[in-house]
Amino acid sequence: MGSTTAEHDHGPEGADTTHPEGVGRRDLIKRSAALGLITVPTMSFLSACASGGGGDDTSEDSQGKTSESNPFGVKKGSKLDVVIFKGGYGDAYAKAWEAAFQKKWGVTSTHTGTQEITGKLQPRFNAGNPPDIVDDSGAQQIPIDVLYKNDQLLDLAAVLDAPSVDDPAKKVRDTLIPGTLDAGMQEDKIVALNYIYTVWGLWYSGKLFKENGWEEPKTWADFLTICKEAKAKDIGGLAHQGKYPYYINVAIMDLIAKTGGLDAMKAIDNLDPKAFVGSDAAKAGVEAIYEVVEKGYLMPGTNGLTHTESQTRWNQYKAVFITSGSWLENEQLKQTPDDFDMKFMPMPLLPDSVMPFEAIRAGSGEPFIIPAKAKNLPAAKEFMRMMLSKEWSTLFAKEANSLTILKDGVDAGVQLRPGTQSTVEASKAAGDNTFRYLYTEWYSEMDTAIQNASNELMAKRIQPAEWLKRAQAAVDKQAKDPESKKNRRD
Amino acid sequence: MRKGQNRFVAGFLLAPVALYLIFVIWPYIQTFGYSLTDWKGQSQTFSFIGLDNYTALFEDDIFLQAIWHNILFLVFIPVITILLALFFAFMLNAGGRGRAGGVSGVAGSGFYKIVYFFPQVLSLAILAVLFGAVYRSDSGGMVNGLLMKLGLVDESAPVEWLNEPNMVLWALILVVVWHGVGFYLVLFSAAMQAIPRDIYEAALIDGAGRAHTFFRITLPLLWDSVQTAWVYLGIAAMDMFILVSTMTAGEYGGGPDHHSEVMATVMMRNFLLYGRSGYACAMGVVMLLLTLIVSVVMLRATRRERVEF
Repeated sequence: MGSTTAEHDHGPEGADTTHPEGVGRRDLIKRSAALGLITVPTMSFLSACASGGGGDDTSEDSQGKTSESNPFGVKKGSKLDVVIFKGGYGDAYAKAWEAAFQKKWGVTSTHTGTQEITGKLQPRFNAGNPPDIVDDSGAQQIPIDVLYKNDQLLDLAAVLDAPSVDDPAKKVRDTLIPGTLDAGMQEDKIVALNYIYTVWGLWYSGKLFKENGWEEPKTWADFLTICKEAKAKDIGGLAHQGKYPYYINVAIMDLIAKTGGLDAMKAIDNLDPKAFVGSDAAKAGVEAIYEVVEKGYLMPGTNGLTHTESQTRWNQYKAVFITSGSWLENEQLKQTPDDFDMKFMPMPLLPDSVMPFEAIRAGSGEPFIIPAKAKNLPAAKEFMRMMLSKEWSTLFAKEANSLTILKDGVDAGVQLRPGTQSTVEASKAAGDNTFRYLYTEWYSEMDTAIQNASNELMAKRIQPAEWLKRAQAAVDKQAKDPESKKNRRD
Repeated sequence: MRKGQNRFVAGFLLAPVALYLIFVIWPYIQTFGYSLTDWKGQSQTFSFIGLDNYTALFEDDIFLQAIWHNILFLVFIPVITILLALFFAFMLNAGGRGRAGGVSGVAGSGFYKIVYFFPQVLSLAILAVLFGAVYRSDSGGMVNGLLMKLGLVDESAPVEWLNEPNMVLWALILVVVWHGVGFYLVLFSAAMQAIPRDIYEAALIDGAGRAHTFFRITLPLLWDSVQTAWVYLGIAAMDMFILVSTMTAGEYGGGPDHHSEVMATVMMRNFLLYGRSGYACAMGVVMLLLTLIVSVVMLRATRRERVEF
């Protein structure tokens, strides 16, 4: 512990005012002991996050003049602190963005690409010293509902109502695929920008289908027939990522939504006392999935596998179908055989379904947020506005192999992979027939409880009736939480 | 001079004591403080709610179940590990056939000692990945693959070791024991080598067999080491976070359906996923108390008269 440590220990909030002006010329040991005493409490005061708030010195020095082309008043020479979840999409796209941003605005950025979003950011949020823009995704995402309840998120209305970069006559909001903003909504406010356009459903290999003369099953009965034929050939019917029951919930919930329509879906999101028990759609949906289990059409062992393990097995033709979202292709790039011909399809229909076969769960993922206490708010807002330009959207499609929520956001010259291409076709076919659950974003605890029940169901340890009971119990429990009443969708 | 000396000593002591108070003791106090609030973990806004978190804890079935699992670990992990380690250490150091001099390990004991220590070199994180592959729930898993080759398991119905409520805890115990035996074997070996050979020779001359030698001489003289091992393993059994959270199903592990939940995994889920950080802090305080109680009880229960030699 040298004196340099003390001198350079300027906390982010300038809380080092407790340092005495000078230590005086005494003997060395005494001095270092004294410094130890003074420095240490200061540091711990910062790191132990007991100091609260702070950070009131924000926008003063980063606020520039606003103009038509600079609606938020980005100040040249200011700094932007960017944190990107470095997962399936990597973070090369963000680096390309930041380079473009610096070129245009002269704002240098500090880039952090990490998988440990919570570990790195939670202390910073607590200390009132968050970054300026964050891709809050991945397994260690800080739940959006939790951040929101702590007033840590900026209401993005200003960005969404600003003029679009490509066509200043339009608002940014109007250049996006309809419905894609919903996922970032908390209490009627959009506080997270889910940037990547995602569809969820079933995936299969075009090659395997061709070899066996199968066609995309449009009804659940056809689906089961294919599973049966596959079983005869020692191929599993359905694979799922058993260690993470999130994925099989996609299948169950989609069946419920397609059978019962948007009302069945909203009943769950709105914590209806008859969301599961007493809902015919829910009963039909979960019984259909259980039929797959009961008839032995699951890929052997799939219940205990991680997502990569089961997806890789599926790539090795050990199963016909797997449930996942449109990140699947990018995630499995290395494991997919060249002639695999990955294809996406909507969930097949149960009898008497309200929605057509083409209906899909579609929406957006990968939430980008601007912390309410960001130091450089103007630049952060401008950065997000530029993310929703065609130029940046194309950059993203090139680097991360996925679509964004910007309507026609990819230059025609960019060649898409077969799986991504099939998702584009599926969402065109779906048109307005899309749906998107929100309870996963609103209620982490209820989501976990339903996931656990699904895990038990897939392992044949509980029956559909018991699953419905447990899912309803999770809904009822959530409904009792006084804070749950604020989230509602119509 | 003496005054200067005192100041010198004080100068040295102050800094470490301060460091300890601030970085070790202060967080404990803070955690306790937070446990009395409804803190959500992402900002410094919270209000004081008294002991509500603690009363809620005792109605939280999942947390109570987790405590129960920790207790099971606490019973089985130390007992199995210590018994195995003692057995192996004894065989390596004094288990050989009575040759001249009488006290030697079984043939090749030097080699075994090194091999037994291998698992200890691996970090828990690597261990979790390694055993993830061993327990894998399809034909690609080591155990399943082996059983299928032997025809003991049907290829279409592999054993899902970590996804079976009745097996998952045992599967985890096996990993910890596998990991720990080597270390405690070396610990006990060192202690055994410190036992004077004359004692063994005298016992041999009196006609004592292996079992007698072990129970009458080795074990009593090893008691201090066993006690240490007991406390260490007990504390490890109260934690188990790394293995459970990486190997079992669900967010921060604990699956299937909370059957492998330990206190630390429930705490982490509440802290980070559900945003119930104040509540999680209460769990942390309970964990601290339970671990302290366990340590004290174990030290008391194993206290014996020390044999001097």
